[in-house]
Amino acid sequence: MAETGAVDFQSNVVRALADRQLRGNLKKAMGSLSLKRKAVFSDPEEFEHLRRVGNAIRRRSLSKLPVLLEQLEKNCTANGIQVHWAETTADANQIFLDIIKGHDASRVIKGKSMVSEEMHLNHFLEDHSIEALETDLGEYIIQLDHETPSHIIVPAIHKNKDQIAHLFHEKIPNTPYTEVVEELNAIARKTLRQKFFAGEIGVSGVNFAVAETGTLCLVENEGNGRMCTTVPPVHIAVMGLEKVVEHLSDVPPLLRLLTGSATGQVITTYFNMITSPRKAGEKDGPKEVHLVILDNGRSKILADPQLRETLQCIRCGACLNHCPVYTRLGGHAYGYVYPGPIGSILTPQMEGLHKAGAMASASSLCGACEEVCPVKIPFTSLLRILRDESYAEGDSPHDVDGHGYKRHFTESLAWKGWAVMNTNPTLNHLSTKMLGMVGAFLPKAGPLKHWTQVRTTPKFAKQSLHALAKARGLDDE
Amino acid sequence: MSNAIRERVLNKLREAVGRGDFDVPTPPPLPVQEWSREEKINRLQSMLETMHAEVRRTTHADWITTLKEILRERALQTLVYGPDTALAGVLQGAWENDLPALIPYQQDIESFKETLFNADAGITTTRGALAEIGALVLWPTIQEPRLLSLVPALHIALLEADGIYNTFAEMMGSERWQDGMPTNALLISGPSKTADIELTLTFGVHGPKELLVLILDN
Repeated sequence: MAETGAVDFQSNVVRALADRQLRGNLKKAMGSLSLKRKAVFSDPEEFEHLRRVGNAIRRRSLSKLPVLLEQLEKNCTANGIQVHWAETTADANQIFLDIIKGHDASRVIKGKSMVSEEMHLNHFLEDHSIEALETDLGEYIIQLDHETPSHIIVPAIHKNKDQIAHLFHEKIPNTPYTEVVEELNAIARKTLRQKFFAGEIGVSGVNFAVAETGTLCLVENEGNGRMCTTVPPVHIAVMGLEKVVEHLSDVPPLLRLLTGSATGQVITTYFNMITSPRKAGEKDGPKEVHLVILDNGRSKILADPQLRETLQCIRCGACLNHCPVYTRLGGHAYGYVYPGPIGSILTPQMEGLHKAGAMASASSLCGACEEVCPVKIPFTSLLRILRDESYAEGDSPHDVDGHGYKRHFTESLAWKGWAVMNTNPTLNHLSTKMLGMVGAFLPKAGPLKHWTQVRTTPKFAKQSLHALAKARGLDDE
Repeated sequence: MSNAIRERVLNKLREAVGRGDFDVPTPPPLPVQEWSREEKINRLQSMLETMHAEVRRTTHADWITTLKEILRERALQTLVYGPDTALAGVLQGAWENDLPALIPYQQDIESFKETLFNADAGITTTRGALAEIGALVLWPTIQEPRLLSLVPALHIALLEADGIYNTFAEMMGSERWQDGMPTNALLISGPSKTADIELTLTFGVHGPKELLVLILDN
């Protein structure tokens, strides 16, 4: 969607805010997801303990990342899983294409994977005349409408059942119009069963990859993930390289945090742990399993001692559900694959501030994301760093691509002046007095015009607090 | 080519990790959950039922009778099972003509796909279950392949009450899963479901529409 050129975030915001249908759909859905999560983590102390454990596991994994990835590769290879490395999304797409072409295949069935969205894999494969069909119900719905996910867990959350009813009726041959959710599900089941039956290549993401055993873990409710990873003769799994964990025993706490945070479930319907392709004598399962490990900027993020906390993320989407900005805009307005708070810290680092820097400003820094994050990512600190980076000069300790893109001579000068004015007592005294007199008559132009567009113009008092205190005879300072 | 990419990525990661400052905390261990045998069974049953599974408590002697009663209540044509297991022996020995036709899963999926995708029910054993989160644990085998618990619209699972653990961590720890994982290990907590349309929970999307659990408890 946004892989080329900059996203006009401002226009997207205006459009999204004006869409009453979208805002209604989102408000209902996000409220419900937040309540469900709260019911699962009802004891705050227990939750805090659990997420401290989750945070420690993720930090430990990141601190040993290259060693763990090599261990994962060694164990997967010993188990018969073929491991491929990709530095860029283009590398990863090419690996997919080579495997698929090597099997003369043209029908790919996919389980939900945000990394494959990051790669724009479906478009890439379609350009090579390969059908890449999404099989998760939400993903299937948006693919029918040529859309991208608006949420990382519930991708079609921006649509209501009437919209889906029209879509199915129009796009799936011989489908009667129905708004009954059960019937819509039945239509998808019937249509996709034939696809599972005929699929030549199955694609999935990875929720956790266990280094010590070479095991790929997948979390899902629908069974489409199991279909994609068991029915076709070939399974290709793709993961961002941060998804590795050290021990099998790291999995249960993370799993509990993931399903509870994502959908308010104690456990999903299925937790699928894959350790090898079909062995001799086994009657089903793919004969070939491939694992594609993708960097796409993650190694650079890891190099920054603060920003690397971004990589602790287990993609639960809780930060989206609790974000006042996401809840009003939905995912598409952000213009990139990962929306909401996690998108706002991840995307500017992956794509560069000059392209996606506006996302870091899409937050009121209220900290709701931080409160619910199951691995304790310090969102507000990271957002502040990225905002600072947008203005940074050469001497910044961070090295985010596109840093300093917002730096502007007049603005820098204005802030330097502001600093002088507020650190020098005489100047400060003079300026507050001046503002008290002429503040009300300041013309609404330039930055002030922009600022007051959606905010009430502040009224300056005739006398400053300082002066009032002095008049009352209070001690100065 | 691909080796060069591997080295480049790993080198970047080594350099990044080399910068240190990871400050890995060591939080106190999570409290250990422990329930009595009866509590574990009850908790598991209640959680599975909340997730729309049907649970029957029966015994080693009676389960086949219970199963036959359940199957007679439904109009099913076929039941797929894994051959060469103790379960298969009981099924074959006790089967009657008015019950769904028994079909053994004994060919590779490539030649069995048509039959399996048209089957009404599949029956499997389980390796155990987890009381805390309410899930069955399956390690599919050569005899009981992976798709047996996924493709047919009804999945019937037999569970030994003694195989119920408190937690996932306890089960993988005491059975030392880290020493050797199977091709596929599964947790199953109910029939397949989705809430992708307006968050309305609906059962039976791509996997089984129904899950029937027979808990064998003497």
